[in-house]
Amino acid sequence: MATALEKTKCWIRSRKGQQVLICVGFTVIPLFLLFLFTYLPFGEMVKFSFYKMKYSTPVDRRTFVGLKNYFDVFHRKDCFGALTLSLYYCVGAIIQLVLALYLATVLSFKVKGGNLFKGLMFFPYLISGIAIGFIFKFFYTRGFVLDTILTTFGLSIEQLPYWLKDQSVNNWSLVATSVWRYFGQNMVLFIGAIMSVDSELYEAAQLDGANKFQQFWHIILPSIKTIVTLNVILSITGSLSAFEQPFVITGGANGTGTYFVVMNEIAHVSQKVGLASAMAVVLLLIIFGCTILQKLFFKYIFRDAESEDESYAAKKARIKAEKAKAKALRAEKKATTSVMQEGV
Amino acid sequence: MERKAHIRLDEVFLTFLKYFSLIFFGFVAVIPVISCVITAFKTQEEYQSTNVMTLPENWLNFDNFIKAFTTANMGRAFLNSLLVMVFVLLVSIIVGTQLAYVLNRFQFPGNRLIRNLFLFASLLPGVAMQVTVYNIMSSLGLINHLYGYIFMMCGTDVISIYIFIQFMENIPISLDESAIIDGASYWTIYWKVMLPLLRPAIVTSCILKGVGVYNEYYAANLYLQDQSLHTIATSLYTFVGPMGSQYNLICAGVIISLLPALIVFILFQKQIYSGITAGAVKG
Repeated sequence: MATALEKTKCWIRSRKGQQVLICVGFTVIPLFLLFLFTYLPFGEMVKFSFYKMKYSTPVDRRTFVGLKNYFDVFHRKDCFGALTLSLYYCVGAIIQLVLALYLATVLSFKVKGGNLFKGLMFFPYLISGIAIGFIFKFFYTRGFVLDTILTTFGLSIEQLPYWLKDQSVNNWSLVATSVWRYFGQNMVLFIGAIMSVDSELYEAAQLDGANKFQQFWHIILPSIKTIVTLNVILSITGSLSAFEQPFVITGGANGTGTYFVVMNEIAHVSQKVGLASAMAVVLLLIIFGCTILQKLFFKYIFRDAESEDESYAAKKARIKAEKAKAKALRAEKKATTSVMQEGV
Repeated sequence: MERKAHIRLDEVFLTFLKYFSLIFFGFVAVIPVISCVITAFKTQEEYQSTNVMTLPENWLNFDNFIKAFTTANMGRAFLNSLLVMVFVLLVSIIVGTQLAYVLNRFQFPGNRLIRNLFLFASLLPGVAMQVTVYNIMSSLGLINHLYGYIFMMCGTDVISIYIFIQFMENIPISLDESAIIDGASYWTIYWKVMLPLLRPAIVTSCILKGVGVYNEYYAANLYLQDQSLHTIATSLYTFVGPMGSQYNLICAGVIISLLPALIVFILFQKQIYSGITAGAVKG
């Protein structure tokens, strides 16, 4: 008896021991990497933001400047002001989402050559940022691809602006590039979501005489609400941290320098690491703020949905109760009649 | 009768709209790339004398490709990219599946915390982090070494971990249990049961991460400044500056650099699409 108990104990211990061993063994490397390349730099960034320093400055020569870097972020014209450019990218992101949603809806149903179109529109997502930079420098150059296309449609070259130099259009040119690059990816995402919608719903709707637009509005959109909302959130934080297109195409020249392009310049060219860190911290705080707000918003939506569910459940329960009551009543009646009959 | 005809007209219009928009946006998506292909086949004179959208005289003129390949030292760059990809994928697949296995199969204190740590990390924009990662890399002496860059790129990404965890949720626990009854250790379960079953997820995340690593240019440009260490993406930087306006050459370089991605895309479309969809539900 005692030995059996000990045996089981031993067995448990070894299993437990194994579990601990495997848990530690399998998490230690990823956690180390995560710490080294994410949380350590994050901590350093917060620390550096209070110093005036270069990368090459030895540790003891760095001067502590308190909140000066943060003041600079808000007072220098090139820093915080650059955030207004993200409005362009925000508009672009909305256009991109709407476009992706439309194309995804079209491609989710039977379309000739659907796979080909899907592939063509998705492929830009797989091109490297630097290649995109070259492709679009070429595309927008005076008299080159875009100008040629527009002149074949009857516009004269004098009417056309310099797409990357003219400050009234150059940010839109960059935003268009960003849309070009990502709309296919969004579309594929949405197609994936739409595919998981129960196809019987469409048939039912068709029988009820709903047209294509009504089907989209009342069946597709509500079913993929979550993923659309998620992408709206991502596109807001994405526009705040817009970086690649201006970095590779214009290098931030002619008023196209977004916040991160300016930060990158300050960090790696001017080597003002303290200021760049402060900039990064400020934007991270803004992004966190946005994310938390959006999370709350999400929660609000879900709470709404839950209460709807509850009322639905309550309704169901009530109907059930009524039915049960009716049944009971009937049974009672039957019983009384039968009793009466018996009595008779 | 009349009503029926009306509906049909509606449908015709919708079909027209559908195909018109598909063709239009399909065109928009390919035009920038196509114009590059056209220009890459032109000789210097042709490039200077003709419009960019005029087709080249000789579609077999590979001179630009050869010249671009040699001036940007793309042979070496392909080798570097290949090395980086092989090691990064190997490490991140092993580490990622292990982490996913532990997080999905064991309830231990800190499980949620680890998930949240990774989730939070995905919120931090990479460019901002490089401000201080650069500092760490230089103090570790990892700048201008291929292994340093590989090491940094192994830094786990959340999306593949999520793909693995999601996939693992659909592998029944009864498999683990029966293996345990057969006397298998947890390592054996991971190695002999989980890893083979995870193969589709591994392929998916390999392709996605592989394309990502292949295309990465920002960190590569920071940490691999030596010409002989250029990856394919950064080798294109050779064309910045003095050669900045020789677009026939540049386009050829660009086309060479995106060919591997194109081939992978054509071969693995399905996996790429499913990876995109799987990576998106991380919220």
